[in-house]
Amino acid sequence: MLKKRIIPCLDVDRGRVVKGVNFVDLIDAGDPVEQAKIYNSEGADELCFLDITASSDDRETLFEVVKKTAENCFIPLTVGGGVRTIDDISRLLHHGADKVSINTAAVENIDLVAKAAKKYGSSTIVIAVDAKKNGDKSWNIFTHGGRKPTDIDALEYCIEVANLGAGEILLTSMDRDGTKIGFDNELLSTVSSSIDIPVIASGGVGNLEHFVEGVLKGGASALLAASIFHFGEYSIKDVKTYLAEQNIAVRI
Amino acid sequence: MKLVIINYGSGNLHSVHKAFEAVNNNLENPYEIIVTNTPSGILNADKLVLPGVGAFQDCKNAIHKIDGLFESLEQMVIGEKKAFMGICVGMQLLAEKSLEFGECEGFGWIPGEVIKIEAPAEYKIPHMGWNEVTFHNHELLNNISQNTDFYFVHSYYFRTQKNENCIATTKYPNPITAAVLKENIFGTQFHPEKSHNNGKQIITNFLEWEPS
Repeated sequence: MLKKRIIPCLDVDRGRVVKGVNFVDLIDAGDPVEQAKIYNSEGADELCFLDITASSDDRETLFEVVKKTAENCFIPLTVGGGVRTIDDISRLLHHGADKVSINTAAVENIDLVAKAAKKYGSSTIVIAVDAKKNGDKSWNIFTHGGRKPTDIDALEYCIEVANLGAGEILLTSMDRDGTKIGFDNELLSTVSSSIDIPVIASGGVGNLEHFVEGVLKGGASALLAASIFHFGEYSIKDVKTYLAEQNIAVRI
Repeated sequence: MKLVIINYGSGNLHSVHKAFEAVNNNLENPYEIIVTNTPSGILNADKLVLPGVGAFQDCKNAIHKIDGLFESLEQMVIGEKKAFMGICVGMQLLAEKSLEFGECEGFGWIPGEVIKIEAPAEYKIPHMGWNEVTFHNHELLNNISQNTDFYFVHSYYFRTQKNENCIATTKYPNPITAAVLKENIFGTQFHPEKSHNNGKQIITNFLEWEPS
């Protein structure tokens, strides 16, 4: 049976982890490569780096981080943040990313989705969507790291990018992000039941039960979390053990 | 001994190269690993690896665009029976044809065709993530337990014409070919380079394999 994936996400700024795990044995807690290695050995199914570096001058450090991670971690690595062009995608893949996540650039230039999927294969292209509730069963998407509102309907947008060849949707609820009250399962199930491609749940997970709900209520294929792992509240193993106890298939 | 990883611009080249390097460094008699697309490089190989992601036709066109690449590869694999491993689309290319984006001819080294995964509506396509693999015993699957998880990402699969060429399967929920074998030609649908320790074991087995 295909397993539900648990994906820890690291925010990286100028090559350094912004909010990282307080791993006791870590010599350099700010080194994303060191953190990635730990998640890798703990049984993470994939890794995700979100580059939040503001200045494009400092982007080179990210490529080094991706390269070193790929040399040490033999699980899939998704990299997103600031991806705007085919050339950006190409450079990330060349440095060892397995998938590239595109957010704002796909909204501003929807052709990029089809072009990228055609050139590198659908499975390489993840479309990251930041959605905020706008009414009953209705969500609008935001761009620029959640700072800029749009009048684009989240569900319609997800259907469109799926049709254009996106391989996966990374769906973040802006209402839930940082709240620890659980994923927006209504958003997840609305999108997930309307498209064929996998949906990764993101935003709001605060306890083990939330992971279960993301699968059973949200219909997510994968569950992404950042702070719950970084602050050491739960380990990847804790999450997987709990999911397995609830009869959800995970890779142990 | 030289292991050649064929570079035709495949997106997973770097990952494949690094995974083979990591495994190779632990061997008693490591290979010289060469990443190349030149016929002279390929004609010097003792073992060959063909990575591949993306669309079947794009991969095939990329290979044929490089002068002499396919011819030298065919000479080594079919003519000289060198051990060969194809990964993902690199494995699907071994088929006679693919039906992805219209019909496209493959290498035709293993009888069968590449067709769309058929699954009930609640099953997401692409088939993406970790799934259990069951297999027939073979030295290429040494030290791997039955029902071990490997990482898959694909929407099409290789339906071999002969059962004997399909040595491993996964379920989604119907059986899907996970690995193929014909004499010196081996291929995996899953990505060993992304399948953590189990993937490394497959690579180890391939490096130690001496096809009879």
